[in-house]
Amino acid sequence: MIAAAIEVRAAEKTYPNGTRALRPVDLRIGEGEFVTLLGPSGCGKSTLLKMIAGLVAPSAGEIRLWGGSLDAAAHGGHRVAFVFQEPTLMPWANVMRNVRLPLDLGGVPSRAAEDRSREALELVGLARFGANYPRELSGGMQMRVSIARALVTEPTLLLMDEPFGALDEITRNRLDGDLLALWGRKRLTIAFVTHSIFEAVYLSSRVVVMAARPGRVVDEITIDAPYPRGADFRVSPAFSLHAKRLQDALERASAPADAGDGEPA
Amino acid sequence: MIASRIQPPMRVRRIVPPIVVAAVLVGAWQFVVDAYQVPAYIVPSPSNVARTLVADWGLLSHALLTTLEITVLAFLAATVVGSLLAFLFVQSRTIETALFPYAVLLQVTPIVAIAPLIIIWVKDPTASLVICAAIVALFPIISNTTLGLRSVDPGLVDFFKLHRATRLQRLWRLQIPSAAPYFFGGLRISSGLALIGAVVAEFVAGTGGSGTGLAYEILQAGYQLNIPRMFAALLLISLAGIALFAAMSLLSRAALAHWHASALKEE
Repeated sequence: MIAAAIEVRAAEKTYPNGTRALRPVDLRIGEGEFVTLLGPSGCGKSTLLKMIAGLVAPSAGEIRLWGGSLDAAAHGGHRVAFVFQEPTLMPWANVMRNVRLPLDLGGVPSRAAEDRSREALELVGLARFGANYPRELSGGMQMRVSIARALVTEPTLLLMDEPFGALDEITRNRLDGDLLALWGRKRLTIAFVTHSIFEAVYLSSRVVVMAARPGRVVDEITIDAPYPRGADFRVSPAFSLHAKRLQDALERASAPADAGDGEPA
Repeated sequence: MIASRIQPPMRVRRIVPPIVVAAVLVGAWQFVVDAYQVPAYIVPSPSNVARTLVADWGLLSHALLTTLEITVLAFLAATVVGSLLAFLFVQSRTIETALFPYAVLLQVTPIVAIAPLIIIWVKDPTASLVICAAIVALFPIISNTTLGLRSVDPGLVDFFKLHRATRLQRLWRLQIPSAAPYFFGGLRISSGLALIGAVVAEFVAGTGGSGTGLAYEILQAGYQLNIPRMFAALLLISLAGIALFAAMSLLSRAALAHWHASALKEE
Protein backbone atom coordinates (compact mmCIF):
# COMPACT_ATOMS: atom_id res chain seq x y z
CA MET A 1 0.00 0.00 0.00
CA ILE A 2 1.27 3.48 -0.92
CA ALA A 3 2.17 5.77 1.99
CA ALA A 4 -0.58 8.23 2.85
CA ALA A 5 0.11 11.86 2.07
CA ILE A 6 -3.15 13.04 3.59
CA GLU A 7 -5.30 11.34 6.21
CA VAL A 8 -8.53 13.03 7.20
CA ARG A 9 -10.06 11.44 10.27
CA ALA A 10 -13.61 12.39 11.16
CA ALA A 11 -12.83 16.00 10.42
CA GLU A 12 -15.88 18.25 10.43
CA LYS A 13 -16.66 21.92 10.32
CA THR A 14 -19.45 23.75 12.07
CA TYR A 15 -19.26 27.53 12.11
CA PRO A 16 -19.93 29.45 15.35
CA ASN A 17 -23.32 30.56 13.98
CA GLY A 18 -24.35 26.91 13.75
CA THR A 19 -23.93 26.45 9.99
CA ARG A 20 -22.78 22.94 9.31
CA ALA A 21 -20.33 23.26 6.43
CA LEU A 22 -19.07 19.72 6.56
CA ARG A 23 -20.20 16.52 8.29
CA PRO A 24 -17.42 14.25 9.60
CA VAL A 25 -15.22 13.13 6.71
CA ASP A 26 -12.76 10.26 6.49
CA LEU A 27 -10.41 10.42 3.57
CA ARG A 28 -7.05 9.00 2.68
CA ILE A 29 -4.97 10.28 -0.21
CA GLY A 30 -1.87 8.26 -1.09
CA GLU A 31 1.44 9.73 -2.14
CA GLY A 32 1.46 10.53 -5.86
CA GLU A 33 -2.32 10.29 -6.25
CA PHE A 34 -4.39 12.83 -8.17
CA VAL A 35 -7.61 13.04 -6.19
CA THR A 36 -10.50 15.30 -7.09
CA LEU A 37 -13.18 16.52 -4.71
CA LEU A 38 -16.30 16.86 -6.85
CA GLY A 39 -19.61 18.34 -5.80
CA PRO A 40 -22.08 21.21 -6.13
CA SER A 41 -21.60 24.59 -4.45
CA GLY A 42 -22.03 24.38 -0.70
CA CYS A 43 -20.86 20.78 -0.36
CA GLY A 44 -17.85 21.80 1.70
CA LYS A 45 -15.22 20.75 -0.84
CA SER A 46 -13.34 24.03 -0.57
CA THR A 47 -13.65 23.92 3.21
CA LEU A 48 -12.17 20.42 3.24
CA LEU A 49 -9.28 21.53 1.05
CA LYS A 50 -8.61 24.56 3.25
CA MET A 51 -8.67 22.34 6.33
CA ILE A 52 -5.99 20.17 4.71
CA ALA A 53 -3.93 23.30 4.05
CA GLY A 54 -4.35 24.43 7.66
CA LEU A 55 -6.21 27.59 6.58
CA VAL A 56 -9.44 26.48 8.28
CA ALA A 57 -9.35 24.65 11.61
CA PRO A 58 -11.66 21.63 11.87
CA SER A 59 -14.29 21.85 14.64
CA ALA A 60 -13.63 18.19 15.45
CA GLY A 61 -11.53 15.34 14.13
CA GLU A 62 -8.01 15.61 12.82
CA ILE A 63 -5.97 15.91 9.66
CA ARG A 64 -2.56 14.33 9.30
CA LEU A 65 -0.04 14.97 6.57
CA TRP A 66 2.50 12.18 6.13
CA GLY A 67 1.40 10.81 9.46
CA GLY A 68 1.93 14.00 11.43
CA SER A 69 0.88 17.58 11.85
CA LEU A 70 1.30 20.25 9.20
CA ASP A 71 4.29 21.63 11.12
CA ALA A 72 5.88 18.21 11.41
CA ALA A 73 5.43 17.66 7.67
CA ALA A 74 7.09 21.01 6.99
CA HIS A 75 10.00 20.03 9.21
CA GLY A 76 10.22 16.70 7.40
CA GLY A 77 10.91 18.53 4.13
CA HIS A 78 7.36 18.36 2.79
CA ARG A 79 6.01 21.46 1.16
CA VAL A 80 2.36 22.24 0.67
CA ALA A 81 1.27 24.64 -2.06
CA PHE A 82 -2.19 26.03 -2.65
CA VAL A 83 -3.77 27.41 -5.81
CA PHE A 84 -6.88 29.51 -5.23
CA GLN A 85 -10.02 29.98 -7.32
CA GLU A 86 -8.77 33.42 -8.31
CA PRO A 87 -5.18 34.03 -9.44
CA THR A 88 -4.72 35.97 -6.14
CA LEU A 89 -1.66 37.81 -7.41
CA MET A 90 -0.24 41.00 -5.95
CA PRO A 91 -1.30 43.67 -8.47
CA TRP A 92 1.55 45.98 -7.44
CA ALA A 93 4.26 43.43 -8.21
CA ASN A 94 5.36 42.12 -11.59
CA VAL A 95 5.06 38.47 -12.54
CA MET A 96 8.59 37.62 -11.41
CA ARG A 97 8.09 39.17 -7.98
CA ASN A 98 4.76 37.39 -7.62
CA VAL A 99 6.28 34.01 -8.42
CA ARG A 100 9.22 34.65 -6.07
CA LEU A 101 6.96 35.51 -3.14
CA PRO A 102 6.97 32.09 -1.39
CA LEU A 103 10.76 31.92 -1.69
CA ASP A 104 11.17 35.49 -0.42
CA LEU A 105 8.90 34.73 2.52
CA GLY A 106 10.94 31.61 3.24
CA GLY A 107 14.21 33.54 3.22
CA VAL A 108 15.70 31.93 0.10
CA PRO A 109 18.71 34.01 -1.11
CA SER A 110 17.72 36.47 -3.83
CA ARG A 111 19.84 34.96 -6.59
CA ALA A 112 18.57 31.43 -6.05
CA ALA A 113 14.99 32.72 -5.78
CA GLU A 114 15.35 34.49 -9.11
CA ASP A 115 16.71 31.39 -10.85
CA ARG A 116 14.06 29.08 -9.43
CA SER A 117 11.28 31.52 -10.29
CA ARG A 118 12.51 31.70 -13.86
CA GLU A 119 12.42 27.90 -14.07
CA ALA A 120 8.88 27.86 -12.67
CA LEU A 121 7.80 30.45 -15.23
CA GLU A 122 9.35 28.38 -18.01
CA LEU A 123 7.42 25.37 -16.74
CA VAL A 124 4.11 27.20 -17.27
CA GLY A 125 5.26 28.74 -20.57
CA LEU A 126 5.53 32.33 -19.34
CA ALA A 127 9.32 32.77 -19.37
CA ARG A 128 9.03 35.98 -21.39
CA PHE A 129 6.52 37.65 -19.08
CA GLY A 130 8.52 38.07 -15.87
CA ALA A 131 8.57 41.86 -16.13
CA ASN A 132 4.85 42.21 -16.94
CA TYR A 133 2.24 43.19 -14.40
CA PRO A 134 -0.72 40.89 -13.68
CA ARG A 135 -3.25 43.28 -15.22
CA GLU A 136 -1.42 43.05 -18.54
CA LEU A 137 -2.09 39.30 -18.73
CA SER A 138 -5.22 37.36 -19.70
CA GLY A 139 -7.14 35.38 -17.08
CA GLY A 140 -5.56 32.14 -18.25
CA MET A 141 -2.06 33.58 -18.09
CA GLN A 142 -2.70 34.99 -14.62
CA MET A 143 -3.75 31.52 -13.52
CA ARG A 144 -0.50 30.13 -14.96
CA VAL A 145 1.42 32.67 -12.91
CA SER A 146 -0.51 31.50 -9.86
CA ILE A 147 0.48 27.91 -10.65
CA ALA A 148 4.12 28.89 -11.20
CA ARG A 149 4.05 30.58 -7.79
CA ALA A 150 2.74 27.33 -6.29
CA LEU A 151 5.35 25.20 -8.07
CA VAL A 152 8.33 27.41 -7.27
CA THR A 153 8.73 25.84 -3.82
CA GLU A 154 8.78 22.38 -5.46
CA PRO A 155 5.82 21.24 -3.38
CA THR A 156 5.22 17.61 -2.50
CA LEU A 157 1.53 18.31 -2.07
CA LEU A 158 -0.41 20.61 -4.37
CA LEU A 159 -3.88 21.69 -3.30
CA MET A 160 -6.01 23.33 -5.99
CA ASP A 161 -9.35 24.98 -5.30
CA GLU A 162 -11.30 25.20 -8.59
CA PRO A 163 -8.27 26.82 -10.17
CA PHE A 164 -9.70 26.96 -13.67
CA GLY A 165 -13.34 27.58 -12.78
CA ALA A 166 -13.34 31.17 -14.02
CA LEU A 167 -11.76 30.36 -17.39
CA ASP A 168 -13.36 29.55 -20.71
CA GLU A 169 -13.61 25.86 -21.61
CA ILE A 170 -10.88 25.93 -24.27
CA THR A 171 -8.34 27.51 -21.93
CA ARG A 172 -9.45 25.25 -19.10
CA ASN A 173 -8.93 22.10 -21.18
CA ARG A 174 -5.47 23.22 -22.20
CA LEU A 175 -4.46 24.03 -18.62
CA ASP A 176 -5.89 20.69 -17.46
CA GLY A 177 -3.65 18.95 -20.02
CA ASP A 178 -0.63 20.95 -18.90
CA LEU A 179 -1.36 20.13 -15.27
CA LEU A 180 -1.48 16.39 -16.00
CA ALA A 181 1.82 16.57 -17.88
CA LEU A 182 3.35 18.38 -14.93
CA TRP A 183 2.00 15.88 -12.44
CA GLY A 184 3.39 13.04 -14.56
CA ARG A 185 6.86 14.56 -14.52
CA LYS A 186 7.01 15.61 -10.88
CA ARG A 187 5.09 12.75 -9.24
CA LEU A 188 3.63 15.06 -6.67
CA THR A 189 0.38 14.52 -4.82
CA ILE A 190 -2.52 16.65 -5.99
CA ALA A 191 -5.88 17.29 -4.34
CA PHE A 192 -8.10 19.17 -6.76
CA VAL A 193 -11.50 20.74 -6.16
CA THR A 194 -13.96 21.17 -9.03
CA HIS A 195 -17.65 21.16 -9.82
CA SER A 196 -17.04 19.94 -13.35
CA ILE A 197 -17.66 16.23 -13.92
CA PHE A 198 -15.63 16.26 -17.13
CA GLU A 199 -12.65 17.93 -15.50
CA ALA A 200 -12.80 15.39 -12.66
CA VAL A 201 -12.81 12.43 -15.05
CA TYR A 202 -10.05 13.78 -17.23
CA LEU A 203 -7.66 14.60 -14.40
CA SER A 204 -8.17 12.24 -11.50
CA SER A 205 -7.01 8.83 -10.49
CA ARG A 206 -9.80 8.95 -7.91
CA VAL A 207 -12.86 11.16 -7.43
CA VAL A 208 -14.40 11.92 -4.04
CA VAL A 209 -18.07 12.73 -4.67
CA MET A 210 -19.61 15.20 -2.25
CA ALA A 211 -23.12 16.52 -1.63
CA ALA A 212 -24.48 19.73 -0.15
CA ARG A 213 -26.75 20.69 2.74
CA PRO A 214 -25.13 19.46 4.85
CA GLY A 215 -21.74 19.07 3.16
CA ARG A 216 -20.64 15.45 3.18
CA VAL A 217 -18.75 12.78 1.23
CA VAL A 218 -21.12 10.36 -0.50
CA ASP A 219 -18.94 8.22 -2.74
CA GLU A 220 -15.46 7.52 -3.98
CA ILE A 221 -14.96 6.47 -7.58
CA THR A 222 -11.70 5.29 -9.14
CA ILE A 223 -10.97 6.45 -12.67
CA ASP A 224 -8.82 3.56 -13.87
CA ALA A 225 -7.94 4.97 -17.31
CA PRO A 226 -4.16 4.86 -17.81
CA TYR A 227 -1.97 7.95 -17.84
CA PRO A 228 -0.79 9.81 -19.82
CA ARG A 229 -4.23 10.87 -20.94
CA GLY A 230 -4.26 12.76 -24.20
CA ALA A 231 -7.00 14.81 -25.82
CA ASP A 232 -8.37 11.57 -27.33
CA PHE A 233 -9.36 10.40 -23.86
CA ARG A 234 -11.92 13.21 -23.66
CA VAL A 235 -13.90 11.73 -26.55
CA SER A 236 -13.41 8.04 -25.74
CA PRO A 237 -16.26 5.70 -24.69
CA ALA A 238 -14.40 5.05 -21.42
CA PHE A 239 -14.53 8.78 -20.64
CA SER A 240 -18.29 8.86 -21.16
CA LEU A 241 -18.70 5.82 -18.98
CA HIS A 242 -16.77 7.39 -16.12
CA ALA A 243 -18.66 10.66 -16.56
CA LYS A 244 -21.94 8.71 -16.36
CA ARG A 245 -20.86 7.03 -13.11
CA LEU A 246 -20.01 10.39 -11.57
CA GLN A 247 -23.26 11.89 -12.84
CA ASP A 248 -25.24 9.01 -11.28
CA ALA A 249 -23.37 9.32 -7.99
CA LEU A 250 -24.11 13.05 -7.84
CA GLU A 251 -27.78 12.46 -8.63
CA ARG A 252 -28.11 9.72 -6.02
CA ALA A 253 -26.58 12.12 -3.50
CA SER A 254 -28.84 15.07 -4.11
CA ALA A 255 -32.25 15.03 -2.49
CA PRO A 256 -35.23 14.72 -4.89
CA ALA A 257 -36.24 18.30 -4.12
CA ASP A 258 -32.79 19.56 -4.88
CA ALA A 259 -31.52 19.05 -8.41
CA GLY A 260 -28.05 20.34 -7.52
CA ASP A 261 -26.04 22.36 -9.95
CA GLY A 262 -23.45 20.02 -11.44
CA GLU A 263 -22.85 22.06 -14.53
CA PRO A 264 -21.60 20.46 -17.74
CA ALA A 265 -18.11 21.82 -18.35
CA MET B 1 -5.40 54.38 -31.28
CA ILE B 2 -7.09 55.91 -34.29
CA ALA B 3 -8.65 58.71 -32.30
CA SER B 4 -5.29 60.31 -31.59
CA ARG B 5 -4.92 61.32 -35.23
CA ILE B 6 -8.10 63.32 -35.37
CA GLN B 7 -8.28 64.46 -31.73
CA PRO B 8 -5.63 66.43 -29.80
CA PRO B 9 -3.65 64.47 -27.20
CA MET B 10 -5.19 63.64 -23.82
CA ARG B 11 -3.13 66.25 -21.96
CA VAL B 12 -4.36 69.08 -24.17
CA ARG B 13 -7.96 67.89 -23.92
CA ARG B 14 -7.66 67.91 -20.13
CA ILE B 15 -6.10 71.36 -19.82
CA VAL B 16 -7.84 73.42 -22.48
CA PRO B 17 -11.50 73.30 -21.27
CA PRO B 18 -10.84 74.65 -17.73
CA ILE B 19 -8.65 77.40 -19.22
CA VAL B 20 -11.46 78.38 -21.58
CA VAL B 21 -13.88 78.51 -18.63
CA ALA B 22 -11.43 80.71 -16.69
CA ALA B 23 -10.93 83.04 -19.65
CA VAL B 24 -14.69 83.44 -20.13
CA LEU B 25 -15.33 84.10 -16.42
CA VAL B 26 -12.44 86.57 -16.05
CA GLY B 27 -13.48 88.32 -19.27
CA ALA B 28 -17.08 88.66 -18.05
CA TRP B 29 -15.86 89.95 -14.67
CA GLN B 30 -13.64 92.57 -16.31
CA PHE B 31 -16.48 93.57 -18.62
CA VAL B 32 -19.05 93.97 -15.83
CA VAL B 33 -16.65 95.98 -13.61
CA ASP B 34 -15.74 98.27 -16.54
CA ALA B 35 -19.27 98.63 -17.92
CA TYR B 36 -20.92 99.47 -14.59
CA GLN B 37 -17.88 101.28 -13.19
CA VAL B 38 -17.91 99.21 -10.02
CA PRO B 39 -15.55 100.87 -7.52
CA ALA B 40 -12.38 98.92 -6.69
CA TYR B 41 -13.23 98.91 -2.94
CA ILE B 42 -16.35 96.83 -3.75
CA VAL B 43 -15.09 94.56 -6.53
CA PRO B 44 -11.73 95.22 -8.17
CA SER B 45 -11.36 94.27 -11.83
CA PRO B 46 -9.12 91.32 -12.74
CA SER B 47 -6.59 93.67 -14.34
CA ASN B 48 -6.51 95.72 -11.12
CA VAL B 49 -5.92 92.53 -9.09
CA ALA B 50 -3.13 91.53 -11.48
CA ARG B 51 -1.51 94.96 -11.19
CA THR B 52 -1.69 94.77 -7.41
CA LEU B 53 -0.20 91.30 -7.46
CA VAL B 54 2.81 92.61 -9.37
CA ALA B 55 3.13 95.83 -7.37
CA ASP B 56 2.84 94.10 -3.97
CA TRP B 57 4.76 90.99 -5.01
CA GLY B 58 7.50 91.52 -2.41
CA LEU B 59 4.98 91.61 0.42
CA LEU B 60 2.68 88.92 -0.93
CA SER B 61 5.37 86.43 -1.95
CA HIS B 62 6.81 86.62 1.56
CA ALA B 63 3.34 86.00 3.00
CA LEU B 64 2.82 83.13 0.58
CA LEU B 65 6.07 81.47 1.65
CA THR B 66 5.11 81.84 5.32
CA THR B 67 1.72 80.24 4.74
CA LEU B 68 3.22 77.50 2.58
CA GLU B 69 5.82 76.74 5.24
CA ILE B 70 3.11 76.25 7.86
CA THR B 71 1.02 74.21 5.40
CA VAL B 72 3.85 71.88 4.42
CA LEU B 73 5.03 71.36 8.00
CA ALA B 74 1.45 70.65 9.12
CA PHE B 75 0.87 68.31 6.19
CA LEU B 76 4.06 66.36 6.92
CA ALA B 77 3.19 66.15 10.62
CA ALA B 78 -0.36 64.98 9.81
CA THR B 79 0.98 62.37 7.38
CA VAL B 80 3.46 60.92 9.86
CA VAL B 81 1.14 61.01 12.88
CA GLY B 82 -1.90 59.86 10.87
CA SER B 83 -0.06 56.90 9.35
CA LEU B 84 1.37 55.84 12.69
CA LEU B 85 -2.08 56.00 14.29
CA ALA B 86 -3.51 53.96 11.41
CA PHE B 87 -0.84 51.28 11.93
CA LEU B 88 -1.68 51.28 15.62
CA PHE B 89 -5.41 50.92 14.87
CA VAL B 90 -4.99 47.86 12.65
CA GLN B 91 -2.86 46.08 15.24
CA SER B 92 -5.92 45.47 17.37
CA ARG B 93 -9.61 46.16 17.29
CA THR B 94 -9.45 47.11 20.96
CA ILE B 95 -7.03 49.95 20.30
CA GLU B 96 -9.12 51.14 17.38
CA THR B 97 -12.38 51.02 19.35
CA ALA B 98 -10.73 52.87 22.23
CA LEU B 99 -9.11 55.62 20.18
CA PHE B 100 -11.16 56.09 17.02
CA PRO B 101 -13.92 58.19 18.68
CA TYR B 102 -11.25 60.72 19.67
CA ALA B 103 -9.99 60.93 16.11
CA VAL B 104 -13.57 61.69 15.08
CA LEU B 105 -13.82 64.23 17.91
CA LEU B 106 -10.76 66.05 16.55
CA GLN B 107 -12.32 65.99 13.10
CA VAL B 108 -15.71 67.42 14.09
CA THR B 109 -14.43 70.11 16.48
CA PRO B 110 -14.17 73.36 14.50
CA ILE B 111 -10.55 74.45 14.39
CA VAL B 112 -11.67 78.07 14.82
CA ALA B 113 -12.95 77.10 18.26
CA ILE B 114 -9.79 75.45 19.54
CA ALA B 115 -7.16 77.51 17.72
CA PRO B 116 -7.16 80.31 20.35
CA LEU B 117 -6.43 77.75 23.08
CA ILE B 118 -3.59 76.20 21.13
CA ILE B 119 -2.14 79.62 20.35
CA ILE B 120 -2.23 80.44 24.07
CA TRP B 121 -0.75 77.10 25.13
CA VAL B 122 2.01 76.85 22.56
CA LYS B 123 4.52 79.66 22.96
CA ASP B 124 6.18 79.39 19.53
CA PRO B 125 3.85 81.08 17.01
CA THR B 126 4.88 78.94 14.04
CA ALA B 127 4.49 75.74 16.06
CA SER B 128 1.02 76.73 17.25
CA LEU B 129 -0.15 77.41 13.69
CA VAL B 130 1.38 74.14 12.47
CA ILE B 131 -0.44 72.22 15.20
CA CYS B 132 -3.79 73.80 14.28
CA ALA B 133 -3.35 73.03 10.58
CA ALA B 134 -2.14 69.49 11.31
CA ILE B 135 -5.27 68.77 13.38
CA VAL B 136 -7.43 69.75 10.40
CA ALA B 137 -5.39 67.60 8.01
CA LEU B 138 -5.07 64.56 10.25
CA PHE B 139 -8.38 62.73 9.94
CA PRO B 140 -8.45 61.79 6.23
CA ILE B 141 -5.00 60.24 6.60
CA ILE B 142 -6.02 58.20 9.64
CA SER B 143 -9.29 56.98 8.20
CA ASN B 144 -8.04 56.30 4.67
CA THR B 145 -4.87 54.54 5.77
CA THR B 146 -6.76 52.44 8.33
CA LEU B 147 -9.27 51.43 5.67
CA GLY B 148 -6.44 50.65 3.25
CA LEU B 149 -4.49 48.54 5.72
CA ARG B 150 -7.64 46.49 6.26
CA SER B 151 -8.51 46.22 2.56
CA VAL B 152 -6.29 43.29 1.82
CA ASP B 153 -7.27 40.51 -0.61
CA PRO B 154 -8.36 37.67 1.74
CA GLY B 155 -6.85 35.15 -0.69
CA LEU B 156 -3.45 36.81 -0.32
CA VAL B 157 -3.87 36.80 3.47
CA ASP B 158 -4.40 33.02 3.25
CA PHE B 159 -1.42 32.69 0.95
CA PHE B 160 0.84 34.56 3.40
CA LYS B 161 -0.51 32.40 6.24
CA LEU B 162 0.16 29.23 4.25
CA HIS B 163 3.75 30.27 3.72
CA ARG B 164 4.20 31.14 7.39
CA ALA B 165 4.83 34.83 6.82
CA THR B 166 5.83 36.77 9.91
CA ARG B 167 3.76 39.73 11.09
CA LEU B 168 6.41 42.08 9.71
CA GLN B 169 6.47 40.35 6.32
CA ARG B 170 2.70 40.59 6.12
CA LEU B 171 2.77 44.27 7.01
CA TRP B 172 5.59 45.18 4.65
CA ARG B 173 4.79 43.00 1.65
CA LEU B 174 1.01 42.88 1.84
CA GLN B 175 -0.70 45.48 3.98
CA ILE B 176 1.37 48.54 3.07
CA PRO B 177 1.15 48.00 -0.72
CA SER B 178 -2.59 47.24 -0.41
CA ALA B 179 -3.09 50.45 1.56
CA ALA B 180 -1.12 52.64 -0.85
CA PRO B 181 -4.03 53.73 -3.11
CA TYR B 182 -6.13 54.66 -0.06
CA PHE B 183 -3.20 56.42 1.58
CA PHE B 184 -2.56 58.57 -1.49
CA GLY B 185 -6.26 59.40 -1.69
CA GLY B 186 -5.97 60.60 1.91
CA LEU B 187 -2.92 62.69 1.04
CA ARG B 188 -4.79 64.49 -1.72
CA ILE B 189 -7.62 65.47 0.62
CA SER B 190 -5.28 66.36 3.49
CA SER B 191 -2.98 68.58 1.44
CA GLY B 192 -5.88 70.95 0.77
CA LEU B 193 -7.10 70.72 4.36
CA ALA B 194 -3.62 71.59 5.67
CA LEU B 195 -3.72 74.80 3.66
CA ILE B 196 -7.23 75.64 4.89
CA GLY B 197 -6.12 74.87 8.45
CA ALA B 198 -3.07 77.10 8.10
CA VAL B 199 -5.15 80.01 6.78
CA VAL B 200 -7.84 79.61 9.44
CA ALA B 201 -5.22 79.45 12.20
CA GLU B 202 -3.54 82.58 10.84
CA PHE B 203 -6.88 84.35 10.89
CA VAL B 204 -7.41 83.39 14.52
CA ALA B 205 -3.86 84.38 15.46
CA GLY B 206 -4.71 87.56 13.60
CA THR B 207 -2.69 90.69 14.19
CA GLY B 208 -1.24 89.32 17.39
CA GLY B 209 2.14 89.93 15.85
CA SER B 210 2.75 86.28 15.09
CA GLY B 211 1.62 85.96 11.52
CA THR B 212 2.82 87.48 8.33
CA GLY B 213 1.09 84.85 6.23
CA LEU B 214 -1.51 85.38 3.54
CA ALA B 215 -4.40 85.40 6.01
CA TYR B 216 -2.68 88.19 7.92
CA GLU B 217 -2.33 90.16 4.68
CA ILE B 218 -6.01 89.62 3.93
CA LEU B 219 -6.95 90.91 7.39
CA GLN B 220 -4.64 93.91 7.07
CA ALA B 221 -5.87 94.69 3.57
CA GLY B 222 -9.44 94.47 4.88
CA TYR B 223 -8.76 97.01 7.64
CA GLN B 224 -7.22 99.33 5.06
CA LEU B 225 -10.02 98.72 2.53
CA ASN B 226 -7.28 97.62 0.11
CA ILE B 227 -9.65 95.23 -1.64
CA PRO B 228 -7.45 94.54 -4.68
CA ARG B 229 -4.72 93.24 -2.36
CA MET B 230 -7.30 91.04 -0.59
CA PHE B 231 -8.20 89.54 -3.94
CA ALA B 232 -4.54 89.10 -4.87
CA ALA B 233 -3.86 87.25 -1.59
CA LEU B 234 -6.97 85.14 -2.10
CA LEU B 235 -5.78 84.26 -5.59
CA LEU B 236 -2.42 83.13 -4.20
CA ILE B 237 -4.16 80.90 -1.62
CA SER B 238 -6.24 79.27 -4.37
CA LEU B 239 -3.22 78.76 -6.60
CA ALA B 240 -1.26 77.27 -3.70
CA GLY B 241 -4.13 74.85 -3.03
CA ILE B 242 -4.32 73.82 -6.67
CA ALA B 243 -0.54 73.34 -6.80
CA LEU B 244 -0.61 71.15 -3.67
CA PHE B 245 -3.42 69.02 -5.05
CA ALA B 246 -1.63 68.65 -8.39
CA ALA B 247 1.60 67.69 -6.65
CA MET B 248 -0.19 65.01 -4.62
CA SER B 249 -1.92 63.69 -7.75
CA LEU B 250 1.42 63.42 -9.52
CA LEU B 251 2.97 61.68 -6.53
CA SER B 252 0.05 59.26 -6.40
CA ARG B 253 0.32 58.49 -10.10
CA ALA B 254 4.05 57.96 -9.87
CA ALA B 255 3.72 55.65 -6.88
CA LEU B 256 0.82 53.61 -8.25
CA ALA B 257 2.02 53.48 -11.84
CA HIS B 258 1.79 50.03 -13.47
CA TRP B 259 -0.87 48.61 -11.29
CA HIS B 260 -3.65 50.67 -9.81
CA ALA B 261 -6.64 51.66 -11.93
CA SER B 262 -6.45 55.26 -10.67
CA ALA B 263 -2.95 55.67 -12.12
CA LEU B 264 -3.54 54.00 -15.47
CA LYS B 265 -3.96 56.05 -18.59
CA GLU B 266 -7.31 55.93 -20.28
CA GLU B 267 -7.04 53.82 -23.38
